[in-house]
Amino acid sequence: MTGTLTLLHAFVRRDRWLYVWWGIAVALLYVSQAWSVDGLYKTQAEFDKAAAAMEGNAALIAMAGPARALNTTGGQVTWQAAAFGAICAGLMSMSVIGRLTRAEEESGRDELLRAAPVGRYAPMTAALLDAMLANVVLGLLVVGSLAAYGLAVADSIGLGVGLTLTGWVFSGTALIAAQLTASNRAAYGLAGAVLGVAYVLRAIGDVSSPVLSWISPIGWYQAMHAFSGLRWWPALLPVVAAAAVIVGARTIFDRRDFGSGVLAARPGPARAASGLANGLGLAWRLQRPAFTGWALGLLLGGLSFGTMGDSVKDLVGDSSYSQDLILHGSNDIVDAFYATMIVMLAMIAAGFAISSALRPHSEEDTGRVESLLATALPRSTWLLGHVVVTLVGTVVILAACGLGLGVSYAAVTGDTGPALRYVVPSLTFAPAVLVLSGLARLLHGVAPRASVLAWLGLLVAWVVLLFGDLFHMPQWLQDLSPFEHLALMPLEDFRLAPFLVLTLVAAALSAAGQLAFRRRDLA
Amino acid sequence: MTDVIDIRGLVKTFGSVRALDGLDLAVQQGEVHGFLGPNGAGKSTTIRVLLGLLRKDAGEAQLFGRDPWRDTAELHRRLAYVPGDVNLWPNLTGGEVIDLLGRLRGGLDERRRADLLERFELDPTKRGRSYSKGNRQKVALVAALASDVELLLLDEPTSGLDPLMESVFRDCIAEFRTEGHTVLLSSHILAEVEHLCDRVSIIRSGRCVESGSLGQLRHLTRTSITAHLESVPAGLDTLPGVHDLDIDGHRVHLEVDTNRLDPVLDALQTGGVQSLLSQPPTLEDLFLRHYGDRIGEDVEEDVQGVAP
Repeated sequence: MTGTLTLLHAFVRRDRWLYVWWGIAVALLYVSQAWSVDGLYKTQAEFDKAAAAMEGNAALIAMAGPARALNTTGGQVTWQAAAFGAICAGLMSMSVIGRLTRAEEESGRDELLRAAPVGRYAPMTAALLDAMLANVVLGLLVVGSLAAYGLAVADSIGLGVGLTLTGWVFSGTALIAAQLTASNRAAYGLAGAVLGVAYVLRAIGDVSSPVLSWISPIGWYQAMHAFSGLRWWPALLPVVAAAAVIVGARTIFDRRDFGSGVLAARPGPARAASGLANGLGLAWRLQRPAFTGWALGLLLGGLSFGTMGDSVKDLVGDSSYSQDLILHGSNDIVDAFYATMIVMLAMIAAGFAISSALRPHSEEDTGRVESLLATALPRSTWLLGHVVVTLVGTVVILAACGLGLGVSYAAVTGDTGPALRYVVPSLTFAPAVLVLSGLARLLHGVAPRASVLAWLGLLVAWVVLLFGDLFHMPQWLQDLSPFEHLALMPLEDFRLAPFLVLTLVAAALSAAGQLAFRRRDLA
Repeated sequence: MTDVIDIRGLVKTFGSVRALDGLDLAVQQGEVHGFLGPNGAGKSTTIRVLLGLLRKDAGEAQLFGRDPWRDTAELHRRLAYVPGDVNLWPNLTGGEVIDLLGRLRGGLDERRRADLLERFELDPTKRGRSYSKGNRQKVALVAALASDVELLLLDEPTSGLDPLMESVFRDCIAEFRTEGHTVLLSSHILAEVEHLCDRVSIIRSGRCVESGSLGQLRHLTRTSITAHLESVPAGLDTLPGVHDLDIDGHRVHLEVDTNRLDPVLDALQTGGVQSLLSQPPTLEDLFLRHYGDRIGEDVEEDVQGVAP
């Protein structure tokens, strides 16, 4: 362990501001719920009525968590923020661990470090302590901001401590991922998949089979029931789990060689397959692993939501508020639920589309494109290959979402009719998804250094979806999300005009990006 | 002789930095042309303009008499490029990269591909992420040399290669030239340049400061002479072009501008030469002459940059 503290000191010094910003952002996520709830409902009666409507909405429960004490400010904060706070803690832990362990090892810097008189476990331990510390900062800021807002101190502490402990579990799983895979990219993929599974497990658990929520670290956090009869014993679960995964990570670390994962690198083909002969072939080959991951993940997502079958009917109340909010005037609760699920899945699929559209940027950034464009491959053809992969990939992934939903719905209800019923509704969101990837393409063409801002578009869409109606956001703000303009099929009838307009906007953004790319210097 | 590369007054700016500041460069068909200059002199920028990756701001740049920005794809069929720092795709094998780059260039010579893999002792089944620096460089070299092209643009191509591989590289370049093809070789390895190049151009701060055959360039620098004489003639220090004169009894050491060698030899002869050691300028001397005083000039440039 020699050198652990020295390393930890260096890590903390290097990243302290990053943690503070993460902490502030997450604390804002929590405390802003309190602000908006208190600003929105002037009387308790009004609040009760809205809460009753939310309690009955299976889609919202699947998104946020078990509905408890929703007619109190604290209950609302817990409900709205806990699951997303836990995801944020998970993402932060994953990036801290990945950056300080696998990325360092991959770059060769770790080798330099380990040649110095530091203990075998020192870099790994320091990285873990650093991530755990960052989660403590996160928790403290949440507790502090909620208590300062005036919410019950004990419950605020519960919410903060639970967040920190959940972050610790995800730090441990990220550490395992970093041991298993040989590249940082793959480690992020694995750790991200763990986060996704934890979220989906509790989503299904909270709506239909509670036992699933007890397998998810996010479920444990919500089982602490902050602001609705706080109990501390569920906090033991993440403590035990964190300890277990950390011991597991260390065991794997002991059994692997420096620089390798658990799966040893196998020799690959000595010759390129015949498909790897042009821009499209290369783009497909490079994006294939990511595409496969997203497609399988979203197929699974669809399959899991579909298992809720018709049970969602029992959950939606019949107040007029609920009719407005969830049913959009329709009576078909099942359709309304699945329409919302489709939008959510499409928004997750937008993650693929945006990262796929940004792939040329990372190719350019790492200098790989230089050798490529020194061949007879024209720039525009190279980029077009990636565009085609984004386009086709998006369509296939959206179809997979709808197929998953329909197939498992059909399996659960025993009614095979609707197996393909959700494929077309899911596909109708393609233009909205492609508008977001088109934005990424434009940024890459015009201002490559700013291209990460493309994710802002998706963030806006999520915020509008989750909080737009609930908090009566101004219409112009809601209109910024391309998803808002499309018909919620199968609940609503297909509308051609917005579909065509968004398709044109997406095409225009993408074309403008490609034109700009053709004219600029290569990075 | 036609010029394969013809650059005149080329200017390229990045923001306020003038990376190329009126560069001239001519490379003739069939020659190996050394492209020398200190780090940051603009060598890579020049090559990237020639590849159509960067857009020139002013001046002329032509490859095979055509515009590299507009006729990119057609020109690239006729050339291959090896960067100094090869980045490979982590999950593609070396063999796949060689095939891909070859196919994109319009096909590669199968026999030569196999032959080069053997000569460079490269394992084509390894993935990009597991190659060492030298092996990544070999992948790009094999891909370039196995292609059927007329021009090689090489930007410090042998960085990271061991001496054995370095010599394989020299052989390959020599063979490439015997077929009448052209090479632009940017390098810091002087022995490599001296061994391979017919002509060299030295650039500094985005401008060409010297260009010519190695023989011509040697004339621009000093020859070092050590002689044992029966008697040391007077007036050696007043001869034009003599520097660092050091007389120690009958032993004379001096440096003389190579184009003023003759009068010095005449003078020495009058003293009765017993032994004479003459060292021609090395390329290193040539280099240092152009690189050496750069601290002073950079300061001057900085001052100019600050002034409004």
